[in-house]
Parts: sequence; structure tokens; C-alpha cells
Amino acid sequence: MKQLITIVCSLLVIFSFSSCKDDTSDITGDEAAVYQCPMKCEGDKTYEKEGSCPVCNMDILVISNQKKQISNNHEISDESIFNLTTNWNTEEGKVIQLEDLKGETLVMVMIYTTCKAACPRLVADMRNIEAQIPKANLEDLNFVLVSIDPETDTPKRLKAFAKENFMDGEQWTFLQGTVSGVREFANVLAVKYKQISPLDFSHSNIISVFNSKGELMHQQEGLGVNNKETVKTILELTN
Amino acid sequence: MKPILRLTICILFVWTNLANCQSKMVPIKGGTYIPLYGRDSLMVTITDFQMDVYPVTNQDYLEFVKKYPKWKRSQVKKIFADANYLSTWTSDIELGNQQEMLAPITNISWFAANDYCECQGKRLPTVDEWEYAAMANKDLPDARQLETYNAYILGWYEKPRTFNNEIGSTFKNYWNVYDLHGLVWEWTSDFNSVMISGESRKDVDNDSNLFCGSAAIGATDLMNYAAFMRYATRGSLKAKYAMKNLGFRCVKNINQ
Repeated sequence: MKQLITIVCSLLVIFSFSSCKDDTSDITGDEAAVYQCPMKCEGDKTYEKEGSCPVCNMDILVISNQKKQISNNHEISDESIFNLTTNWNTEEGKVIQLEDLKGETLVMVMIYTTCKAACPRLVADMRNIEAQIPKANLEDLNFVLVSIDPETDTPKRLKAFAKENFMDGEQWTFLQGTVSGVREFANVLAVKYKQISPLDFSHSNIISVFNSKGELMHQQEGLGVNNKETVKTILELTN
Repeated sequence: MKPILRLTICILFVWTNLANCQSKMVPIKGGTYIPLYGRDSLMVTITDFQMDVYPVTNQDYLEFVKKYPKWKRSQVKKIFADANYLSTWTSDIELGNQQEMLAPITNISWFAANDYCECQGKRLPTVDEWEYAAMANKDLPDARQLETYNAYILGWYEKPRTFNNEIGSTFKNYWNVYDLHGLVWEWTSDFNSVMISGESRKDVDNDSNLFCGSAAIGATDLMNYAAFMRYATRGSLKAKYAMKNLGFRCVKNINQ
């Protein structure tokens, strides 16, 4: 018996020492080399293995040791909002990440549905901007309204809000996040907000335009301000 | 009897060892107080929470970046941290020559601080929580009216390079928390929420004007001045900024 206890004890002690050490396995990552034809016969097309160009037959060369290449369309740049990885619920009840919005120009604003003062005007500003965009451009455009009150603004509520405000078309997306996800998102946009009472927030009124890679291109601040610049940016991005 | 005693000692030993892995926390009993700024309604109610006794140190943070390489200086995304991020470190996993292991980590962005706390199962304190815990001196939970309390903070503002002093080198306050004043300023979860009352973030500028002219418009006592400095600084921050005198500590809700 005594021996057993001694063994158990010593094991526990050893375990306790090792428990502080977390597995510090260094991530080396599989840094596959990327190859490309030196003549760029096929434009920016890249290969993962050595070989020769199918067009000019020259040996293809390593262009980068890193898997990640910004020229690559699948990559997200350092300054993209798609680096945020929290989950969001849409008004249609789907769970998405911001990255799922990639490929379209994004016009984003933060609101909450119980808002009486500023939000209706912000929403009006959004509709006003939308009205100035030709139909053809709308296809590559997504107007995203992010709730700063994720506890009240459920997908159901957002859907009802969308209908009430005639914003139920394909080009409108409403997002409900988590409290910390929303705070993080606001920090990226430099939107400031604070809960004043259970159904009331003070917040800054900023409409942000992102390109299809999620990089911030333009911000308009204030209510009912001249949105000429914003519309111009959107048109440039969607043409 | 003897084996049981031994076993108990062993278990205690193991337990203390495990407890050391997580930085120490102490309970802060909630209450109601009036912050300098804050919500439009004057009184703020804080529920009980636990707070780290010390700010997160260089050593703690070094462990963190080793475990989460995405927070290494060379790998951090620009959207999450500006160029000052860990700029004083020699390399990705080495502190600068002048830096103490046990000094508070600084030059980190809000995103980094926020993620650090989340990885520990904790969170950043709110402005209101931080201010609540920080209005204590050694003996009183709210010492803001005392001249000595404010003189201490203002004295610290004048001292250079306090960010390189070791944690625990300032006083232990009423809640058994160290270093809320005297070493570094600290990130809060909603640092960007204060000083807005109206319609646009332009308000922030208005308020910093207010801050600049505060002496003229009747900041009657030192208490306001010491706290004005904190609120004004928070108002001017962006979440990706990294500053050499801005660190952080984490808190936790009690029932978790």
C-alpha cells in the first residue's frame, strides 16, 4: 500500500511539472513552393510541382517559397476584414463568416433595430446610396447591415426589419454576431458604440465601402451627408 | 492515517502547481459608483468579477506568441496591429535587451490583448470595471477624493519609462490588485465606447478639445485631471494601435 501511494505521488508530481508546459510544437507549415512559367505564357497561372510550361516548354521556375501569394485570388491580404473569423447569423438564418461575402463589393453599416433616432436615417442613407447605383452594378454589390445589439436583433427580427424597410432584396444582408464579435468588427471599422440602456445605444454613424477582397476603400461619416464620394467609390469598384 | 496525509500533501502540491499556470486572480466585489464619464445615466453598477492581480508580463506574452504563432511580430496581420506591434523585441521570440521578463507587456494592440484573454478563458475588463477597481487605494475601495491618491497617479505620469519596471513594484490596493496605477495604461474591452454622446465619432474630437481646455472650464480638482488623462487617451486609440506604455490584464465573470 505504502509503495503504491509513493508511486502515485511521484507520478502526480511529475505530471504537475509537465502540465505547465504546453505543446509548443512549432508550426513549420507545409510551405509548398509555387512555380510559374518565366515567360508567363499562361498569365499568372501557377503550379505546385516542378515541370515545364505546356505552352512554350520552358522549365517553370520557383516564384515563391510561401504558399501564400497575394497575387493569388484565393488569398486574403493583411488588411482585409476577412481575417475576422467569428460566425454571424444572417436574416435568413444562415451561419456565415465574413469571408463568405468575398467577391462582392461591400457597403457596410452598423445599426440596431430598436433604434429610434439615428438608425432610420442611416438606413435611409443606405437606401439612398443603393438607389443611385445602376441595376447592372447591383449584382456585384452587397449592402451589409450589422447589428450592434446581437442580444435583441435575432435573425427573425432582422428579417422583419428588412421587410418593413423594403430591404429584403438579394443585395441586402443583415448580420447578427456575438457580443465580442461585434465589438471586434466595430474596432476594425473604427465605429464607436456604447449601450446606454437595454434597448438604446449611442454609436457613430459610419458607412464603409470594402472592395471584393475585403479591404477598406472609403468611409463616410455622419448622417444625411453628401454621399457623392461613396457612390463614386462603389461605381469604380463595381465597374 | 499517514498515507492519507501524504496523499493530501501530494494533491495540494499538484494543485498549487497547476494554479500557478494561470495568473492569479482576486475577486472584486461589485457595487455602484459614478465614473467621471460613462453612460448618460450617472450611476454605474458593477457586478462581482475576478481580476488578474498583475498586468500580463513580457514573459506571459512570450509564451503566448510561441503557442499562437499568428501573433508573432512577423506574422501578425496589419489589420490587427500597426507597425509598433512588439517593435522593441529583438526577434519574434526574443525580448529587447533592455526589457525585463517580469515587466508588463506593452506595444500590443487591442486585438492581441483581446485574443490573449480569450485564449485564457478570460476577457478584457470594461472601462467601467477597470475604473471601479482602480479607484481604490491601499485601504479604501473608493479613494478618489483623497489628495494622496491623485497625487500618486499624477506623480507617475511624470515618471519616465515606468513600463519597464517589474510587476508588483507599485502598491497593492484594497482589492489586492497591483499596478493599476504606476506602471502602464491598460486596454479595456470597450475603450472605444466612451466620450460619445451624439451622432458621430467626430464627437471624440470635441471631447478631446474639452480635455485640452479642461483647466479652463473648471476641472476643479486633481481627481478629474488624473482620470481625464485616461479617458482622453482611450478616446484617441484605435484597436490596432500598439503603444509603448499601454499594456493590459484580464478579468473573468465570477460564475464561470
